[in-house]
Amino acid sequence: MAVDANSSFITWVLYILQSSWPLFLRGAQVTLIISLSGTIIGFLIGVLIGIIRTIPIDHNTNLFKRIVLKIIDYFLLCYIEVFRGTPMMVQAMVIFYGSAMIYGIRMSPIFAGVFIVSINTGAYMAEIVRGGIISIDKGQFEASHAIGMTHAQTMISIVLPQAIRNILPALSNEFVINIKDTSVLNVIGVTELYFQSNSAAGNNFRYFEVFLITCIIYFIMTFTVTRILRYFEAKLEGPSVYTIHGSQTVPEAEIKISTGSKKNGKNH
Amino acid sequence: MEKIIKINHLQKSFGAIEVLKDINFSVSKGEVVCIIGSSGSGKSTLLRCLNLLEIPSSGEVVYHGQNILEQKMSNAVYRAKMGMVFQQFNLFNNLNVLDNCVIGQVKVLKKNTAAAKKTALDYLELVGMSQFINAKPHQISGGQKQRVAIARALSMEPEALLFDEPTSALDPEMVGEVLKVMKNLAKSGLTMLIVTHEMAFARDVANRVVFMDSGVIVEDDVPDVVFNNPNNERTRIFLKRILEN
Ligand SMILES: Nc1ncnc2c1ncn2[C@@H]1O[C@H](COP(=O)(O)OP(=O)(O)OP(=O)(O)O)[C@@H](O)[C@H]1O
Ligand SMILES: [Mg+2]
Repeated sequence: MAVDANSSFITWVLYILQSSWPLFLRGAQVTLIISLSGTIIGFLIGVLIGIIRTIPIDHNTNLFKRIVLKIIDYFLLCYIEVFRGTPMMVQAMVIFYGSAMIYGIRMSPIFAGVFIVSINTGAYMAEIVRGGIISIDKGQFEASHAIGMTHAQTMISIVLPQAIRNILPALSNEFVINIKDTSVLNVIGVTELYFQSNSAAGNNFRYFEVFLITCIIYFIMTFTVTRILRYFEAKLEGPSVYTIHGSQTVPEAEIKISTGSKKNGKNH
Repeated sequence: MEKIIKINHLQKSFGAIEVLKDINFSVSKGEVVCIIGSSGSGKSTLLRCLNLLEIPSSGEVVYHGQNILEQKMSNAVYRAKMGMVFQQFNLFNNLNVLDNCVIGQVKVLKKNTAAAKKTALDYLELVGMSQFINAKPHQISGGQKQRVAIARALSMEPEALLFDEPTSALDPEMVGEVLKVMKNLAKSGLTMLIVTHEMAFARDVANRVVFMDSGVIVEDDVPDVVFNNPNNERTRIFLKRILEN
């Protein structure tokens, strides 16, 4: 296909697709890999922290355990606040170049990308999971303790299944945000979709056409992921109304979502 | 009569507020004791102290001659022996009716699942909920939830059952079905401690009625005496107020 400066917009778009599709494909792949694994690992970090931060401290907790928990809680809170309070792009720079300079660790860009997205997501999920755990009514904890189950047994069998079910929408939300936000990882040379688009644009200086294609690819990814996850959420049984505790864009927001399911359990 | 539980000088404070003051009483095997009293008098707190959901500030909770506050016995084992039924049912929302009654047996009593299911089914049958074993809590009515909660407590094969206003959260038309189950349990010889505002039920079913006021036991006697001829003026006033409503 021959193109020149006078070729039509459509011709350029087709030309770019034809000549640069491997770049777009590889970029999209890296974006998906990093955002998916980052979301999953971040979720696991969030669950772990959510569990730790909701360990009950009461008058029969002994002093040692109390102090240890307080210290751990303090560090976790620092982690959450710092990672929620700074841009991921800057975190990427600090971690990538910092680890190289201070520890002499040369991370591969992909590894660095997964690492950064994971701990960033972890900071958000930690609060979301904690909110999910707290929102399970105290009565179920009491009933569980009243039949002799320990706190750990209660969490595993009763509370976490419900809490995780309730935060699934927030988790999907994080995933979509991560698909978009991995674009900032180009600053440390991660060859995700934005990075590859830049290369494609550099080849022929058609920024508008290239980034329009990029835009569409991002949208296809987020749209598909949203639909798939919503399908699974709807399949899982659960209360028809639940609360998302915080989100990456509005961390303090509590969004009530109604799936409008046929069951209208009045205790929810 | 064999004493299952005996409370000596039990005292409980929340911060500066003394909610229970020098409580002494005991429950024998097979006894049905109803606890009545106005709101805030400490009835729930007393029951919760008996199950260690609240730790008493001082005093003794003696279970078969052993003070359980001295931690000789694990809390889990003791709690399994003191079943509790709550006003708000507190069923496990992620589990179906059957699993609500199975989980404690498996996790706490370490029974195998098949045996636990069998026990659970027996008790669900007893409370008339055996057709609903696959339902989730949000699919059944309040009265049904409370009957499942009773079956869940019974499935642990407790020595005694503690009820904290089991019918107070129910729509009036569902109160009867739950009271009927409780009446049958009483007849079967189960030891029960019931905080209730259902005076007719207390009069009918209880072996003893305890009247509490501001953290003390004012009256502890057979229903006939408490309801018809109370020793204390405060009991008289409380009953008069209740019966007027
Ligand atoms: N966890 C707590 N912290 C502080 N105060 C409490 C706590 N639990 C109960 N109280 C107080 O203890 C007092 C007795 O409460 P309790 O729930 O035992 O009363 P009750 O007799 O069960 O009342 P009701 O009939 O309304 O259920 C009340 O004044 C209550 O405010
Ligand atoms: Mg009460």
